[in-house]
Amino acid sequence: MNALTRSLAVLLPVVMLWGCTTTPSPVDTDATAGGDAAMTMGDGMADSGMGEGIEVGGVQGAGEFAGDPLQDPNSMLAKRTVYFDFDKSDVKSEAREIIEAHARYLSANPSVSIVVEGHADERGTREYNLSLGERRAKAVQQVMSLLGVSNSQLELVSYGEERPAAMGHDEDAWAMNRRVEFIY
Amino acid sequence: MSGVARAGLTIDIIGGVDAAQPIAVVPFGWQGPAMNPPQDIAEIISNDLRRSGLFAPLSRSDMLSRPQDGTQINYRDWRLLGTSSLVIGRMTAADEQYTIQFQLFDVNRETQLVGYSFTVQEKELRRIAHQISDIIYETLTGDKGAFNTRMAYITSKVWRTNNVRYYALYVADVDGHNPQLVIRSRHPIMSPSWSPDGRKLAYVSFENRRSMIFVQDIFTAERRRVAGFKGINGAPAWSPDGTRLAMSLSKDGNSELYVMHVASGKLQRLTDHRAIDTEPSWSPDGRNIVFTSDRGGKPQIYQVSSHGGKPKRLTFEGRYNAKPTYSPDGKRIAMVTAQNGDFRIAVLELDSGFVQILTKSRLDESPSFAPNGSMIIYATEYLSRGVLAAVSVDGRVQQRIALDEDGDAREPAWGPFLTTK
Repeated sequence: MNALTRSLAVLLPVVMLWGCTTTPSPVDTDATAGGDAAMTMGDGMADSGMGEGIEVGGVQGAGEFAGDPLQDPNSMLAKRTVYFDFDKSDVKSEAREIIEAHARYLSANPSVSIVVEGHADERGTREYNLSLGERRAKAVQQVMSLLGVSNSQLELVSYGEERPAAMGHDEDAWAMNRRVEFIY
Repeated sequence: MSGVARAGLTIDIIGGVDAAQPIAVVPFGWQGPAMNPPQDIAEIISNDLRRSGLFAPLSRSDMLSRPQDGTQINYRDWRLLGTSSLVIGRMTAADEQYTIQFQLFDVNRETQLVGYSFTVQEKELRRIAHQISDIIYETLTGDKGAFNTRMAYITSKVWRTNNVRYYALYVADVDGHNPQLVIRSRHPIMSPSWSPDGRKLAYVSFENRRSMIFVQDIFTAERRRVAGFKGINGAPAWSPDGTRLAMSLSKDGNSELYVMHVASGKLQRLTDHRAIDTEPSWSPDGRNIVFTSDRGGKPQIYQVSSHGGKPKRLTFEGRYNAKPTYSPDGKRIAMVTAQNGDFRIAVLELDSGFVQILTKSRLDESPSFAPNGSMIIYATEYLSRGVLAAVSVDGRVQQRIALDEDGDAREPAWGPFLTTK
């Protein structure tokens, strides 16, 4: 107990110091980073992918991730896959939060475009699953466009059941394969 | 629409070959430079006949004698074994040429039904064996045999050398031998469809990072893209006259059926519905197209005129019926049907609405009829691998087709009769 308090007392100022000195002048950022932070910054992205022209502020003191929110492992944007029920393309409530995070990011960065890739599990027929994968990608697109993302930022592709994420032949694998992926 | 119920029985077939005709195919005599012949012709014929479900070849160990010509046959012995038909033959080799003679006898009437002689090179021996199977089959059943035919199929495997997954389209004899590569890619390939002359394959390739339809001449390897519209380009199916391809395109919003005139590229739209419409198959007379649609809420089979019009629903039993394909006589369709979460191959009699389930595993798909309608090849899972299998159209005989390639095999498409020179 004593030892812990002592070491925290030593560490804390160091963290704060690091946070203050290395963060490139944050403007109007808030603690959750993500889309709001990015919205006030940057003038679009270079073709190399991400990061250029965007500076996102870290938050004073608590040691949160300082950098592009796309790279923040704790951001919703780190989640790039949403899952579906068998033969369904309804967006589930747990997927909505992830889609909204990406939608916020994309509407804040209109020059960024992504591939929305629809997939199906191996059950049922292959061409039907190809169409089902597309329908899932479209369901995600629809949510995103309601949130202000331009359709020109989204390229929809379906791989049907041809590119499974998990190779097994059971419900665990199938659940992983009924998905839409966001490819930045 | 989905409220319409139709009476129909669904029956599971439990195997057994009681009705199969007993036949004996005696090992062929051999005279040549090597100790053993390069191919066991009698074994290839036995396997062909057994796979049809119509014949039960006698095991070699049960044969009391091994006659090689007509004078050596003791008919009484064969009657004692319950054998009604007997096949004997001889093969001789000289100057790289092989001469194969065979004779088919009716054991009860003690007469020869048919006999032929062929002279070929070594690489043609399996083909000749399949032709002999065809002759025997036609002589004894009255129907044309389909053993000397080919199938196309897709493989998917990770290469050990670079740990990359490759997809490939192959053409092989329908017993799985002589596989020949048509195309290999790092991106998925799917949905092979034969042109009716057996020269071309239409298929879907993701080589441009999304599904597009290609047509390839399997002999010259010449290929061209026929559909690369926005969205999905999938499910190509050749018309019986070979001039058109039915396909599923989502360029106008979501998956709809179209017919493309292949030479001109001109498209005619067949369906217009916000549901999925895909997996078209032409009736043999070219007048109708059956397809999968979930316009009633779940995937079911529908039929539409190949000139368009109002689709008519054909399946009412079960929650998942998909990937229909017409039998060569146009009287039935094979399809994939879900039963308690398992996917099986079933056959629907179009006149009666009667559905018969032919297979028993969990993940059966991609049924394809033999050109004589006697059998169906399909894809299934065995020991966690994708494999090909065949089932006689009455469901009595099922067997897996062994392939030389490891990895997963799927989407078999049985080719048309080969037109021999």
